[in-house]
Amino acid sequence: MTKLLEWVFCVLLLGVAWALVTFDLLDLRLPPIYKELAWPMPVYLLVLFGCYSIATIGYRVATFNDCEEAAKELQTQIAEAKADLRKKGLKL
Amino acid sequence: MASRRTLKDNRGDGDKYSVLLPTYNERENLPLIVWLLVKYFGESGYNYEIIVIDDGSPDGTLEVAKQLQQIYGEEKIVLRPRAAKLGLGTAYIHGVKHATGNFVIIMDADLSHHPKFIPEFIEKQKKGNYDLVSGTRYSGDGGVYGWDLRRKIISRGANFVTQVLLRPGASDLTGSFRLYKKEVLERLVERCVSKGYVFQMEMIIRARQLRYTIGEVPISFVDRVYGESKLGGNEIVSFLKGLLTLFATT
Repeated sequence: MTKLLEWVFCVLLLGVAWALVTFDLLDLRLPPIYKELAWPMPVYLLVLFGCYSIATIGYRVATFNDCEEAAKELQTQIAEAKADLRKKGLKL
Repeated sequence: MASRRTLKDNRGDGDKYSVLLPTYNERENLPLIVWLLVKYFGESGYNYEIIVIDDGSPDGTLEVAKQLQQIYGEEKIVLRPRAAKLGLGTAYIHGVKHATGNFVIIMDADLSHHPKFIPEFIEKQKKGNYDLVSGTRYSGDGGVYGWDLRRKIISRGANFVTQVLLRPGASDLTGSFRLYKKEVLERLVERCVSKGYVFQMEMIIRARQLRYTIGEVPISFVDRVYGESKLGGNEIVSFLKGLLTLFATT
């Protein structure tokens, strides 16, 4: 099953469950609190996911390591390499 | 050169590592990356060869590669040039055909990937007998030098979307600093159809599909010592197109 199909399947499943509760499709006669909670769920979950995404990406950007040491080390090694290669006969 | 043959020259365990270096206009960087590779392989004692796949660079990269061959020997520096710029996937296929190692390392030739991590890749691979080891900029003490806030946001954002949609089980999918068992690389490359960043992503996704094991090593990515690295609207659009294609087909 492709990832797309997995998503479609999950969304359909959740969608059916939501519709069943919200519109009382099976005439289950659940207490009204179920309907009240279920009805805004899709929007609520989307907003929740949106917030989670922004928070996660924000956190990851903030903690993205800046490799200062690596850059300095590279510069030093470049100089060393150039000198050594010149000695070995490399002509640029 | 005699001094280079120190005690640790040959570990004798039969493993040989072929480093594939696709190059295009890397006249300045090629000698430096080769020098670093020779240094770290020499110090660690692993057996290796460096395969330079130059795509007809107009700046004379191939001439420099020939000089390096004179200095380090034809067994260590193997030249397999091509006439024109033909793309990364085919460069790997071409390079692997001539690789005499049982492991293949792919990396960028522009000094953004540092050979000092190669012994770490090798050790990680041996520890878990991984089919492939991927360098990651996003986890552990991996990281990047030279990226501004915009670039970091795009990078993390794209990676987040990829993780949500594809759940790949690897933290860095667009990275191109990796160690593969040779037969694994061969099998994966012939299955992959995308280009650019997405090609590297597809390699990991297909590896997962074929149930290959993936190890990770944090690496530092130093962006473009000599030039500028651009990430424009076009690249973002083609990345998204490629991502959605993988989403829908794998």
